[in-house]
Amino acid sequence: MPQDRTAAIVGIHEYPLRVVGSDISALQIKAASAAKALEDAGFAWKDVDAVYDTGSDQGIGGLGISEYFGFKPSIIDNTSVGGSSFEFHANHARRMIEAGKCNLALITYGSTSHSDRRAIGTAGATGGGPSNLFRNMEDPWGLTLIGNYAMVKMRHKFQYGTTDEQFAAISVATRRHAMRNPEAVKAMTDLEFVGVNEISVADVLDSRTVAYPLHLLECCMVSDGGGAVLVASAEMARNARKKPVWIIGGGEATKYRENGGDITVSAGAQSGPVAFQDAGVSPSEIDILMAYDSFTITVMCMIEDLGFCQKGEGGAFVSDGRLDYDNPGKPAINTDGGGLSSNHPGARGIFLLMEATRQLRGESTSQVANAKLAVAVGNGGQLGSRHATGATILAAD
Amino acid sequence: MAPLRPQPAFPENDTQPFWDATKKHELTYQTCDRCNEVIFYPRRHCTSCGSDQNTWHVSQGLGSVYTFSVIMQSRHPAFKDLGAYAVAYVDLDEGFRIMTNIVGIQDPTTDIQCGMRVKLRWEDQGDGEVSLPMFEPA
Repeated sequence: MPQDRTAAIVGIHEYPLRVVGSDISALQIKAASAAKALEDAGFAWKDVDAVYDTGSDQGIGGLGISEYFGFKPSIIDNTSVGGSSFEFHANHARRMIEAGKCNLALITYGSTSHSDRRAIGTAGATGGGPSNLFRNMEDPWGLTLIGNYAMVKMRHKFQYGTTDEQFAAISVATRRHAMRNPEAVKAMTDLEFVGVNEISVADVLDSRTVAYPLHLLECCMVSDGGGAVLVASAEMARNARKKPVWIIGGGEATKYRENGGDITVSAGAQSGPVAFQDAGVSPSEIDILMAYDSFTITVMCMIEDLGFCQKGEGGAFVSDGRLDYDNPGKPAINTDGGGLSSNHPGARGIFLLMEATRQLRGESTSQVANAKLAVAVGNGGQLGSRHATGATILAAD
Repeated sequence: MAPLRPQPAFPENDTQPFWDATKKHELTYQTCDRCNEVIFYPRRHCTSCGSDQNTWHVSQGLGSVYTFSVIMQSRHPAFKDLGAYAVAYVDLDEGFRIMTNIVGIQDPTTDIQCGMRVKLRWEDQGDGEVSLPMFEPA
């Protein structure tokens, strides 16, 4: 089956700072990033005819975002499924472009989570807003966001015998990549990481337990940041400044707590196979896996559920340096340094698309030799309760 | 006294009958009259077939720990000074899974295992107010 060549990522910009202070707002990060991504693509502000946005940044909603930018798009999509929203957006944009409804789609993200001092992982339920069944049936028992993911790790350990050492291998590989990325090094420095250096499995296990059994070095940072991604039609992509990175497959799904359900299986078990079938490629062919690393357990589930190995065998799969950019075993993982060690302002999905694009352009700081295929898989919401997993498969020109 | 935990808020039509029953120390769940599906969290409709005909039951309060985490750091005022505490999903023998706390143990990191049998214990939230279902070793 020939790979799809109807829509491509043609422009990207990752906002370089992870600590912005009060100099720039979330919306300003989005607009600045949009301009830079258009520059990267060689297109103009007025060329944008589709806007994909979660409507979450600074709370102006999907209705307000086109006005803020000054666009008059013919396609407006405000899919908001947490950190995976951006894979959903990229997949939706491809389908709209295929249908001839638009030619240049803009996806942006901006957040000042760090400067706002948001305790995303440890705040617990804050009690504001309207009542609903989830809040009523979950908030009284004091689960934190990190505890939610820790419950999945606990069950994974119990069900499959996965070890803390195996989970730690994910942190180790990701930090190694981060140390090769100057923006990640600056991020860790600015966020006052204790020890901006490569780490060992022992370092991970010796770091404090935030929510048992998750250690600090298995948890992502809380940074500021954002960026922009442009998806264009084949015709526009051929006129872009850089080589297009084609979107060849996509899948989306959601999953939630169910009576008798298996908490170790994410929505990726539904959306991953759909994406691979759409793309006409198999997991064993993938050179780079950009997997949402909110926590090590998230990556473990993505690797298994997308079919890189059998369910429950992820622990063995991630060991022995397999995930490193220069290891002959595929895939290399989170080669920008991930949410663990480079960039996580709350919703990381957009950065997965960016680093996959850099790899397939040959622009990564941990460049995989002869990279041809990449997967960006976002996991939004909370893995141990309700979440969404969007997979986008990308191919070099 | 520590600030109150987050409380269920009303009106909220789907879960109000569940919380009203906790005032009598009854842990309740629904089954669908049409397809027999166990419905939980509580809802007016069946999540398997869409029927709005269902029956409320009172659980015996016995089950097993499906999974859990021990929270070491919470910034929520009601929990921040509590020390390490365990949040869990418990599978009740009647076939529904509830979020809860595991209590009545010495060290939550060593004294709880997945699959461990537990029984219901109520923690009242105030005079005539709702009560929180929690679980302790059976």
